Amino acid sequence: MLRVLLALIPGIALYVWYFGPAILVSLTLASVTALATEAVMLKLRARPIRPFLSDNSALLTAWLLALSVPPLAPWWLVVVGVAFAIVVAKQLYGGLGSNPFNPAMIGYAVLIISFPHEMTHWISPQALGGVHLSFAEQMSYVFRHMLPPGLTLDAVTMSTPLDTLKTQLHLGHSVGEIRELPIYGRLAGHGSEMVAAGFALGGLYLLFTRIISWHLPLVFLGTLFTMAGVFHLFDPAHYVTPLFHWFSGAAMIGAFFILTDPISSPTTAKGKIIFAAGAGILTYMIRVFGGFPDGIAFATILMNMCVPIIDAYTQPAIFGQKDAKK
Amino acid sequence: MNWSEFKTIAHNGLWKQNPGLVQLLGLCPLLAVSNTLVNAISLGLATTLVITLSNTTIAPVRSYVPNEIRIPVFVLIIAVLVTVVQYLMNAYLYDLYLVLGIFVPLIVTNCIVLARAESFASKNPALPSAVDGLMMGLGLTAVLATLGGMREIIGKGTLLSGIDLVFGDGAKAWVIHVIPDYHGFLLAILPPGAFIGLGLIIAARNWLNLRAEQKIRSQPVPAALPEAAQG
Repeated sequence: MLRVLLALIPGIALYVWYFGPAILVSLTLASVTALATEAVMLKLRARPIRPFLSDNSALLTAWLLALSVPPLAPWWLVVVGVAFAIVVAKQLYGGLGSNPFNPAMIGYAVLIISFPHEMTHWISPQALGGVHLSFAEQMSYVFRHMLPPGLTLDAVTMSTPLDTLKTQLHLGHSVGEIRELPIYGRLAGHGSEMVAAGFALGGLYLLFTRIISWHLPLVFLGTLFTMAGVFHLFDPAHYVTPLFHWFSGAAMIGAFFILTDPISSPTTAKGKIIFAAGAGILTYMIRVFGGFPDGIAFATILMNMCVPIIDAYTQPAIFGQKDAKK
Repeated sequence: MNWSEFKTIAHNGLWKQNPGLVQLLGLCPLLAVSNTLVNAISLGLATTLVITLSNTTIAPVRSYVPNEIRIPVFVLIIAVLVTVVQYLMNAYLYDLYLVLGIFVPLIVTNCIVLARAESFASKNPALPSAVDGLMMGLGLTAVLATLGGMREIIGKGTLLSGIDLVFGDGAKAWVIHVIPDYHGFLLAILPPGAFIGLGLIIAARNWLNLRAEQKIRSQPVPAALPEAAQG
């Protein structure tokens, strides 16, 4: 899992470049929580601690979840999410290899359902005008819930590009008008599109070093592109371009890092295609017609539930077997 | 009914065959209304009342009911009793009745009521049946109360919220704020909290049982003891 963590670094570096170093603090908090809870659970379950901690799977869960949580959220948010992911979604199901759901996405689902307000503290990109907190001021808010005098939280945070799109469409604006807003860049959200590109770069590294197979990411992105493309061609004033969907929210990190979790995704090639296509359709549906800011987490969890049945029906014929379809 | 018989029935209802933790019957209300301690205990006690009364009513008529139609007859008796309980709550605990809503009439369909009628009251005399109903009900209430208390503390940081629905407005001051200035953890109040909480309680019970068994096994049995003394 170490190379998967390395592949996340370009995306994280761009994140720091555009949104400031607060994310590094959440990543550290998440990592410490993950290692501590994992160690405690392994101890309680009387399993060897060192080999399981050094496989870095807990760290990967922690990083994926930290990247899905706004950096300006209170410090306990990421701690609660990671602890839930490791203790309930991973260790209570039997630990690495036995968890039916992606732990990071379960942690995200718990947070978005339980603390919807805190999950909106996204920092606005530094290149845009407006007030920006220094790193020390950000930390003071994260740990002590204190903002510099005279500032409100609304002045330093903003809703995500996907959220803004949904709200503005609801208010009756057309896609063309909305895309003129300063938070949007060339493809999608200003800054966040580059972060997504960074994750895509890391994902391509994983693809070319054959750590992940092509099925999950390419079919997922393909389905998302097709869905968005059909709707966009049908009504460009209300449905954004496929590239917007690719480069906003968690699409890229989801395609290359979340769906490709080897434990909670199907094992057969055909199964992976079904899984990824289902996740693509669900993600688009939740993003466009649902109430949540992004659809990757719920799409992943819903498809995780289907994995046993997908695997059962996509077993390849045993080599040498003549009529497999009987 | 002698003392040891009573003890066996009580032990079965409260621990060994606990409807909430072992038989896993009657989970629908268990999961739906156990979001606060008061709701949980109220529905638990209403169910206890119905099980006790239905067991007591069914046991004396058990030999007159033809075996082929016993289920409809039992359900009819249970439905009558539930209607009585429902009207009583409607009359005297109206606010609570509104909160528990559909789950009071739904006690009719609660499998634990029919299960006790079928597996105990239809085979035993009235007094043991009444005790069985009471103990099973109390066992379920205990589980409901534990789950409700857990979910309320984690979800809202309080205990006994909604107590005024039972004891009138004067009881509002009884609400205990376990964790002051708490933001709330919505998941515990929502259905997932019920499922996860029940899972944890069942795990805790199994763990306690396992530990008790290990303790018995690890005790060396004196070989010289005569056979009769062990029984």
